[in-house]
Amino acid sequence: MGPVPSQLPLLAQAAAPNPADLMAARTQMAISLGWHIIIACFGVGFPLLAVFAEWRGFRTGDKVWGTLARRWARAMGVLFAVGAVSGTILSFELGILWPGLMGTYGEVIGLPFAIEGIWFFTEAIFLGIYLYAWDRLPPKVHMLAAVPIVIAGVAGAFSVVAANAWMNQPRGFDLVNGEVTNVDPWAAMFNPATWPQATHMILAAYLVTGFGVASVYAVALLRGRRDRYHRLGFLVPFVFAAALTPVQIGVGDWAAHFVADNQPVKLAAMEGVFETERGAPLHLGGIEIDGELRYAVEIPFGLSLLAHWDPNAEIMGLNEVPPDQHPPVNVVHLSFQTMVAMGTALLGLGAWFAFAWWRRRDLPRSPWFLRFAALSGVAAVVALEAGWVTTEVGRQPWIVYGYLRTADAVSAAPGLRLGLYALLVVYTILTAATIYVLRLMARAPLPVAPQETEPVEPRTLS
Amino acid sequence: MTLAEVVLAVTWVGVTFYALLGGADFGAGFWDLFAGGARRGWAQRELIEHSIGPVWEANHVWLIFTLVVLWTGFPPVFAAVMSTMIIPLTLAAFGVIMRGAAFAFRKVVDALWLKQVFGASFAASSVLTPFFLGTVTGGVATGRVPPGNARGDLITSWLNPTSLLGGTLAVGVCAYLAAVFLVRDAEREGHDRLVEQFRARALGTGAALGIIALGGIFVLRADAPRLFEGLTGRALPLVVASAVFGLVSLVLLVRRRFVAVRVTAALAVTAIVWGWAAGQYPYMLEPDLTIEQAAAGRATLTAMLVSLAIGALLLVPSMTWLFVIFQREQDPHARSVNGERGVR
Ligand code: HDD
Ligand code: HEM
Ligand code: HEM
Repeated sequence: MGPVPSQLPLLAQAAAPNPADLMAARTQMAISLGWHIIIACFGVGFPLLAVFAEWRGFRTGDKVWGTLARRWARAMGVLFAVGAVSGTILSFELGILWPGLMGTYGEVIGLPFAIEGIWFFTEAIFLGIYLYAWDRLPPKVHMLAAVPIVIAGVAGAFSVVAANAWMNQPRGFDLVNGEVTNVDPWAAMFNPATWPQATHMILAAYLVTGFGVASVYAVALLRGRRDRYHRLGFLVPFVFAAALTPVQIGVGDWAAHFVADNQPVKLAAMEGVFETERGAPLHLGGIEIDGELRYAVEIPFGLSLLAHWDPNAEIMGLNEVPPDQHPPVNVVHLSFQTMVAMGTALLGLGAWFAFAWWRRRDLPRSPWFLRFAALSGVAAVVALEAGWVTTEVGRQPWIVYGYLRTADAVSAAPGLRLGLYALLVVYTILTAATIYVLRLMARAPLPVAPQETEPVEPRTLS
Repeated sequence: MTLAEVVLAVTWVGVTFYALLGGADFGAGFWDLFAGGARRGWAQRELIEHSIGPVWEANHVWLIFTLVVLWTGFPPVFAAVMSTMIIPLTLAAFGVIMRGAAFAFRKVVDALWLKQVFGASFAASSVLTPFFLGTVTGGVATGRVPPGNARGDLITSWLNPTSLLGGTLAVGVCAYLAAVFLVRDAEREGHDRLVEQFRARALGTGAALGIIALGGIFVLRADAPRLFEGLTGRALPLVVASAVFGLVSLVLLVRRRFVAVRVTAALAVTAIVWGWAAGQYPYMLEPDLTIEQAAAGRATLTAMLVSLAIGALLLVPSMTWLFVIFQREQDPHARSVNGERGVR
């Protein structure tokens, strides 16, 4: 026999998890995921913007494009580093916090993560080349080095969202007497939820990047810096994101239909439907009190129409499942409505711009346009987070829909709360430092090459 | 070799590359910590920054690679180790965050005080992270992690003689590898003073590692008899090989063969990593879980191996290109134009 493990933690094993620890684990996961996903969006979107600017500069010989490309690449370098490390802690947490999920189902959902590892390598390798070999490679080769980064960003997002989609639509295995058998990892990866979710997420990443970058330049334009550099810096990402917004709303509609057909409990929570009914109305706003939705604006037949293209379609209510399987309605309903509101607002902003451009080939004259544009990045991030809260909280109490409860997946280690407190401290510092550094970079004088770092320091020793 | 063993070997390739490449990056942070004040340490820090800047992200992915292959191929092992080792792994994860973020931030800020704050965070976490990862290996190797959800002792599983030895060796190996790699980078940059500094450090840490390893024999015999048996039995050739490569490396350093010593130092570390695996074969979690028991089903293992093989076809040439670009000899005076040069 080896060293005998002490008895204390063993006792915790069979007992139900301490609710405070479960809540702490969920909060920790939510914070670290919610943080990573913002940065990850820039990892997916920024390379495309940078290489586009570089390509325009190469074709036109216009220095302004080159400056934009280099500045964007420089910001990208910082964001990638922060994205990589904030992603690493997620892989740790999957085991530290959710051994019940990974120990049992790791072999079912492992494949997309392993494939994602390949895309991470691709990204990191070509990012090193793109950022650091800017002046060592011929321009065409250098631009080609960005192509794998763009592809890997999209493919990596696809893989990881496939893993998440599997938690919503678990496929590719049989459960026989509590044992996972007949695993088909490809069927798990390409479960039906993967397509709408991954498409929606990849577009979300482009929206967050586009509106986010445009916001920075909108602030500069508002401050009166109206030169070509700042105008282009605004126009390129804004037009890119605004053009994708209607597509994103269409895909969101697809995602909603999918949820209506396959996760009716989540839909009921999203829409605040408590009793099964035909010809269900669409609720705008409202809050759940004592098992019903109050103070909502009702659009008759709206929900049945939107969810199933039929005003009389039946919508399942939460009354069909036992109360211990209800997701928290207020959180899910509110976050879903927030996402839709943000999406609609962004669509409106894009339409305003399109109208002005069509009439006058210029930005709308009203300063309100730039004020709203300066907020568009925030709106996109809010939509992103709200969407994830809808998806994840709407699946509760399941971590694997219909198979494994979150409470049964959580770690049996005592004191998970302490981990959450520590994480809060670390992430507060990380957030402050990231924002501080990004603001410093945004204010730095033009133009800077991405790899010119220490103009100030003395080189005493060489 | 069974399918499960192939997958384990692939995992171990990940561990090895992380130890060699990620380890050298950590070690660079170690030397950053001891480089001295802002002015005195300037040249060293610059060398370190240029050496790891373009490659550290790619090197870091080896850690992710190891984790995902482990949780896909051997889910119960992943769940058991991660949940029992929650404390050192949480600390290591924080270390990873502070190190990577601070390194990237330091590069883009100009103010000296900011460089110092981020530099200190980068350097300190470069030492702590490998230490905690090392304690985890010590706990696993001595069978202190039983299968199941956080079933092991949350404290003594990683606070024990073998774990402390593992942590110390991990930090030492990182520092040693970094010094060995940096000597050559400094030489290529024509930076004689740094060459001497890092050569002395490589010799010093190399010798210290040898002494710690010798002392470790006694620790293992007392604390981990089963591992000791494995290391002196099946794994003996690898242990001997590691010692021989270590000695050869010292000789090469003395004789200033800075390219060759990279190879022998890497081989010494590789031998010890694989020695550990051989030492506890066929167990993954001693004494309860063997490789075959822990392995996922055939379908998953095959799908993963096929994907990784296809991935390798794309990645091996790409990675070679990355290292070749930055290893190319450069005119030492080209820096003012180029901004970057001399990278491992
Ligand atoms: C910029 C971001 C953004 C915008 C503007 C929208 N969404 Fe969204 N939405 C997301 C970003 C997002 C997301 C964060 O990417 C989610 C979380 C999970 C996922 O796959 O995508 C998401 C999830 C999500 C889901 C849940 C999917 C599931 O749980 O399986 C639905 C039904 C919608 N969205 C529907 C919409 C509709 C009808 C929108 C129209 C206005 C909309 N989204 C705009
Ligand atoms: C492969 C991808 C993902 C995996 C494996 C995953 C896994 C998990 C797990 C294990 C939990 C804790 C259990 C729970 O409360 O539901 C969780 C919760 C959560 N996740 Fe995800 N997640 C993924 C993607 C995301 C992403 C990208 C976000 C982005 C923001 C996200 C947002 C959340 C939120 C907000 C919670 C908290 C839910 C709650 O408190 O009830 N998830 N996720
Ligand atoms: C449970 C969920 C997730 C896990 C475990 C995870 C894990 C990771 C890890 C380990 C890295 C670092 C790779 C490196 O070292 O370069 C990373 C980076 C990245 N992740 Fe995530 N991730 C998750 C969710 C997501 C989601 C939902 C997206 C979707 C867009 C995403 C997109 C990215 C991208 C694009 C990068 C690389 C670019 C960057 O670093 O900014 N991740 N992730």
